[in-house]
Amino acid sequence: MSTQPFRLPRGGRIDRARPHRFIFNGRAYSGYAGDTLAAALLANGIHLVGRSFKYHRPRGIVTAGVEEPNALVQLGVGARSEPNLRATQCELYDGLIATSQNCWPSLRFDLGAINDRLARFLPAGFYYKTFMWPPSAWMQYEHAIRRMAGLGTAPEERDSDRYDKRLVHCDVLVVGAGPAGLAAALAAGRTGARVILADEQVEFGGSLLSGSAEIDGRPALDWVARATAELDWMAEAKLLRRATVFGYYDHNYLAIVERVADHLANPGEREPRQRLWKVRARQVVLATGAIERPLIFRDNDRPGIMLAGAARAYAHRYAAVPGRRTVVFTNNDSAYAAALDLIEAGGPVTTLIDIRAEPQGELADAVRAHGVEVIGGSAIVATSGRHRVKGVEVMRLTPDGTGVAGPVKYRDCDVVCMSGGWTPAVHLFSQSRGTLAYDSTHGCFVPSRAAQATHVAGICNGAWTLAECLRQGFTAGTAAARAAGFVEVAAAAAPPAPEPTATPPRILWAVPSDRAGTTSKHFVDFQNDVTVADIQLAAREGYRSVEHVKRYTTSGMGTDQGKLGNIPALGVLSDVLAADLPSLGTTTFRPPYTPVSFGALTGRDIDALADPIRVTPMHDWHVANGAIFEDVGQWKRPHFYPRAGETMRAAVDREVTAARTAVGILDASTLGKIDIQGPDAVTLLNRIYTNGWTTLEAARCRYGLMLKDDGMVIDDGVTTRLAPDHFHMTTTTGNAARVLGWLEEWVQTEWPDLRVYMASVTEQWAVATLSGPRARDVLAAAGTDLDLAPTAFPSQSMRQGAVAGMPARVFRVSFTGELSYEVNVPARCGGALWEALIAAGAPFGITPYGTEAMHVLRAEKGFIIVGQETDGTVTPLDLGLDRLVSKTKDFIGKRALLRPDTQRSDRKQLVGLLTEDPNEVLPEGAQIVVERRPEPPMPMIGHVTSSYFSPTLGRSIALALIVGGRARHGETLCVPLLGKTVKVEVAESCFYDRDGARANG
Amino acid sequence: MADRTQWGSPLDAASWPPRGIFATVRFEERPFVGKLILRGSADTREFLDVSRAVLGFALPTTANTVAVDGDLAALWLGPREWMVTTTPEREADIAERLCRALVGQHAAVTDVSDGRTVIRLAGPSARDILMKGCPLDLHPREFVPGRCAQSQLARAQIILHQIDETPTYDLYVAPSFARYLWAWLVDAAAEYAIA
Amino acid sequence: MLRIPCPYCGPRDETEFAYGGEAHIARPQNPATTTDADWADFLFMRKNPKGRHRERWMHARGCRQWFNVERDTVTHQIVTVYRMGEPPPETPR
Repeated sequence: MSTQPFRLPRGGRIDRARPHRFIFNGRAYSGYAGDTLAAALLANGIHLVGRSFKYHRPRGIVTAGVEEPNALVQLGVGARSEPNLRATQCELYDGLIATSQNCWPSLRFDLGAINDRLARFLPAGFYYKTFMWPPSAWMQYEHAIRRMAGLGTAPEERDSDRYDKRLVHCDVLVVGAGPAGLAAALAAGRTGARVILADEQVEFGGSLLSGSAEIDGRPALDWVARATAELDWMAEAKLLRRATVFGYYDHNYLAIVERVADHLANPGEREPRQRLWKVRARQVVLATGAIERPLIFRDNDRPGIMLAGAARAYAHRYAAVPGRRTVVFTNNDSAYAAALDLIEAGGPVTTLIDIRAEPQGELADAVRAHGVEVIGGSAIVATSGRHRVKGVEVMRLTPDGTGVAGPVKYRDCDVVCMSGGWTPAVHLFSQSRGTLAYDSTHGCFVPSRAAQATHVAGICNGAWTLAECLRQGFTAGTAAARAAGFVEVAAAAAPPAPEPTATPPRILWAVPSDRAGTTSKHFVDFQNDVTVADIQLAAREGYRSVEHVKRYTTSGMGTDQGKLGNIPALGVLSDVLAADLPSLGTTTFRPPYTPVSFGALTGRDIDALADPIRVTPMHDWHVANGAIFEDVGQWKRPHFYPRAGETMRAAVDREVTAARTAVGILDASTLGKIDIQGPDAVTLLNRIYTNGWTTLEAARCRYGLMLKDDGMVIDDGVTTRLAPDHFHMTTTTGNAARVLGWLEEWVQTEWPDLRVYMASVTEQWAVATLSGPRARDVLAAAGTDLDLAPTAFPSQSMRQGAVAGMPARVFRVSFTGELSYEVNVPARCGGALWEALIAAGAPFGITPYGTEAMHVLRAEKGFIIVGQETDGTVTPLDLGLDRLVSKTKDFIGKRALLRPDTQRSDRKQLVGLLTEDPNEVLPEGAQIVVERRPEPPMPMIGHVTSSYFSPTLGRSIALALIVGGRARHGETLCVPLLGKTVKVEVAESCFYDRDGARANG
Repeated sequence: MADRTQWGSPLDAASWPPRGIFATVRFEERPFVGKLILRGSADTREFLDVSRAVLGFALPTTANTVAVDGDLAALWLGPREWMVTTTPEREADIAERLCRALVGQHAAVTDVSDGRTVIRLAGPSARDILMKGCPLDLHPREFVPGRCAQSQLARAQIILHQIDETPTYDLYVAPSFARYLWAWLVDAAAEYAIA
Repeated sequence: MLRIPCPYCGPRDETEFAYGGEAHIARPQNPATTTDADWADFLFMRKNPKGRHRERWMHARGCRQWFNVERDTVTHQIVTVYRMGEPPPETPR
C-alpha cells in the first residue's frame, strides 16, 4: 500500500477521515472519499494510465473531467464490469478495482507499441487503404483490429444491475450547476416555476470547485452553498447531481442519465444503478461551461502533460499535486491563474512559457513574484521522457508564429500544464439545432441563434469572467421563467465578482517545431492518435469537408468525440487549406454528449416486460393443459396441445382429425371485433367491403373482403347484422386495431356525413369455437336455450341466448369447413365457458386444437389467411374471389380493379399444389419455376404461401400464388430446393368438401 | 349476467398473485366495474338532455374531465365519446335506459364492461410510479382529481382517472394487457419497500 | 420526440399519435370516370417539401381523432393544428 506521496497535507474537498483502498492494474493503493480515481492515482504519483489507440504510446491523465481522452479504464469485475469509463469521473469507493485498457501484455510493456515505430506505414486512412481488399476479408481484419485497438471488454455475464426511467415535465430545465447555472436556477426557482437543475458532477459549483474565486468578497463556494440550500428549500425545484444531460431533441425533449449508485461499493437492492430521465421542458437554460483546449506541440502526449485547469483542479479540489517541477505552457491568461493556484496549494511551478509576446500586467507580475521564470513569445518544440515527461525544449517563435528560431532552452520538469484557450461546451445547444458563430478572438464557436425555447448563460455563451457568468445566469433564468409564464416576485440581482481585464489569447493551432518529418507527432486527437500530419495528409489527398476529414482521419471519433481536439483539428485544417475557419463549419454534434450504457436506455424493458404478453381469459387452462404457444403479434395463442411423448406433427394430425371426425374446440378470443352502430352503418359496410350488405337480414352473417384504394386485400372477416342499424364486425387477430383505425379514418376524414359510430369490443367477448360433426351435440350437452335445429339456426346466422348458463352470442360460421359454432360470452365468463364446453364435450371426444391445426383445416378448404396468402399486392381477383366483388356498387378499391394492370391474365393467382411425393411438405416461401435449369437464373413464376401435411387427405397440400395460375390446372411445375427439385401439380385451391356440405348441414 | 361463480377477472387472485402492497403505494384490481361507451354529439341539445335525464348529471363537455355522481361517473374520452362507469351489474340497466331514451337520435351505447379492467393505484408514491412509464404531465398543477386522459403506461394503452389527492388513480386497461401491466407495476414499485 | 397539440386533448407526446401522410388529398368524386393517370396521381403522388407541410395525424392512443397539422419538415416546428373539415388557417411565414 503506497502512502499517497503527492497528497497535500491539507485542503481539498476530500474526506480524510474516510480512506478508501482501491486496486489499479493489480496493485493496491489508497485514496479518500471525495476523490475521483484519477485524483487518487495522481496522489499516488501515477500518471501512466493507458496506451493510445493506434500507436500504443504511453498516455497519462490529461483532464479532470468529462473530456478525458486517455484515462479510460475498465471498472469492476464480472457482471458489473464496465469498459471505457473515464478515470477522471469515476468516484472512488472502497474496494474499487480498475484496469487500464488498450495495452497488452501490460501497461508498461506493450507489444503494440511497435506501431509507434511503424508510424510511417500507418497514415491517415490506413485502415481504409489497407484492409478493404479483398472485401470478404474485412470481417477477419476487423476482429484483429478491434482486439488490438482494445476499447475495453464487454462483460460476458448478464448485467446484474437495475436501471430505471422517469418521464418528467418542467417549466425550466437548467443544465449545469456552475456559477451561471446556479444563478439561472435561483432566478427561475424564485418565481415558483418548476425547475430541474442537473449537473454531471457529484456536487454543485462547477468550475468554482476547482479554483479560489470570490463572490461578493467571500469564497465563491460559500455562495454555492447558500444557493444550493435555497434551491433545496424550494418545493418545485428538483436537483439532480451525478446527472449528465446527454441529448437535446425536438420540442425541448432532453435526456439525462443519473448515476444513482455507480459511486457505491455496495449498491442497494431496490435503488437503480442509473436512472434515465426523459424531460419535456417548457424552457431550457444551457449553462454547460467550457472545455480547455490542449496546445498542439511536438510530443504533447507524454504522461505528465496535462491541461492547466486540470492540474489546478487536482491541487485545489482534491489536494493532489500532479508533480514537483511544473512547467506551464499557454496562449492565454487562464494558465496564470492556474499557476498561482497550484503554487498556493503547494505545487511548485518553475517556468511559464507563453506563446504571446513579453507578458505584462498583474498576472505576469504575480507569477514572477513567486519566482517563476516567465518566457514570452516562445514555444515548447520538443519533450522527452518515455513513461513520464522529463523535460522540455523551448525556442523563440518567429513573429508570424509559423516557425521557431534561436537557441534551445532545456527545462527539466515532471509535469507540463498546457492551455490552448477554452472552448464553450456548445454540444447540447448545437444538438438542439441552434446555430453557432465563430469568436475569432478566443478561437472558438459560441451559440448564436437558438432553434428551440433555449437560453444560454455563462462561459458556454462566451461569458469570460465570473461576474459576467453570474449576470447572464440570473438574466437567463428570469427570462426562461417568464417565457414559461412565471414572473419573479423579488428582484434577482447577480452578486458582484471580480472582472479582471484580460489580454486576448494568441491562437496558434499547430505549434511549430525545429524538427519536422513523419516521426514528429503533434497530437490533435489523443484518443484516436490523430496528428497534425494526418490532417495535412487528408487535405493533400483532397479532403475538404470537415465531416470527411473526421471520418478519414478518425479525428473526433471514439468515446470523447473530440471534446479536446475538434477545434484544434479544424484550426489545423483551415491553416492547411488556407481557408477561413468559420467557413469550414463544424462536424455535427449528435447525442449522446457522453457515452450512455445500454442498461440505462433499456431500463426495465427487459425479460417479461420487454414487450407486453397478451393473454385471453382461457389462457390459464391452456397452460395447465400443456399447450405450446405461438406468438401472434403480442398475443400468446395455443399452437398445439401435445400429449406426453407426442411430436408436433402427431399432435396437429390428431387435432385436425378430431375436428373432422368428432369435434374440436379453439380459443378464438383474439379475433378482432368491432361494434358498428348508426343509420348509415350499412352504407359504411357497402363502401368498406367489396360485396353488398344492404340485403343482409338481421341475425345473418356474411364474409367480406376489405381492400385499400389500390385494390389490394388488407383484411377479411365475418360481419353480422345484429339489428337494422347495428353490426358486429370481426377482423383478423393481427389487424384488429388497424381495421378500427381504417374505419375511423374514412368516417372522420372522407365521409363525416355518415351517421355511424364504431367501438372496439375485441376484448369484451371471449370466443370458443366448436367445430366438427359433433359440435351441435356438445352445444346441446352444455345446456342452451337456443333451438339448434339446422332449420332454426342455419349456417351463416347468429343467435343470442344462454350457453351453460352464460349470456352468449353464438355465430354459426365456419373457418374449418365443418359444422361450427363460435360461442361468444362476456370475457369474464371465458374461462367458465371453456371448461363447461370441454366437460360437455368429453363424451364426444372433444379435442382442443391450436392455431396450427386451424391453419391445416382452413388450408384443406382453400380458405385464405390475410398476410399469408396476401402480401399487399394481391387483389380479390387474384384470389379467385370474384364472386365477392360487387359489380353494382362502388367500394374502396373498386376503381383500381379496373386498371389494366389489375386485369392482366398473367398476374399471380391463387392455386393449390400437390407434390408428386405425397409426403413431401414444401417449405412456405419456396419459389416455383416451370423447369429447373442447371444454373440460375430461372424465371420465377410464383411462390408457396401455405404448406402443410393434411391428415384428412393423407398427403401434403400447399397453396401458392402463380403467374396465370388458374390456367395452369393440371400442369406440372418445379420447386427447386437445396439439393433437390420437387415436382408439383397445379390443383384447385380447395382440397376438401368442395360443395361445402359439411359446414352447411 | 350468469352465476357469479362463473366469473373470472384478468387479475383474479387465484390465478395471479401477488397483491401489490408496498409501504407508500398499494394497488388492487377493481374487477367487473360496469362500463359503457356512449357516443353522441355534444353539439346536440337533445342528446345532452336525454343523457342527463338518464344519468342524473350532465356529461362532461370539457376535454379530459370526469363527472361523478354517486356510483355513476362519465369520463370524457373524445369529442363525441364518453365512458359511463357504474357498479358491477348495473351497466345493463343503464345501457337499456340510455338506448331507450336515445331512440331516434344519432347516438350509440356499447357495453365494454369486460373490455377493460380497472387497477386502482393509491399512495404517496403512486405518481412517481406512473412517471416511470407515462408521458402525461401528472404534476398537481396540471393533473388533478377529476381529470382523466387516454394515454399509455409502459407499453399498454390506458385510461387514467385521478380520484383524489392521495393521490389515487384508476387505470383502465384491456384485460389482455392486465397481467403485463400488473407485473410492470409490481416491478416499478419494488423500490418502495413492501409493507 | 415531437410534442403535438391535439386540437381536442391538448399537447401530448408523439408516441400517442399515428402519422397519416399529406393532408387535403381529395378522393375523386366519381372514381369510375376518373382516368387511370388521375387515379394513380390520387393514390400515389405526394409532396415531400423541405419546409412547411400540411399533414394528417391521429391521436391514436388518446381520443382517436384525426386532425391536420402544419409542420416545418426542417425544424419540426408545428405551425398550427386544425380539425378535419376546417380550412387551413393562414399562417405567417
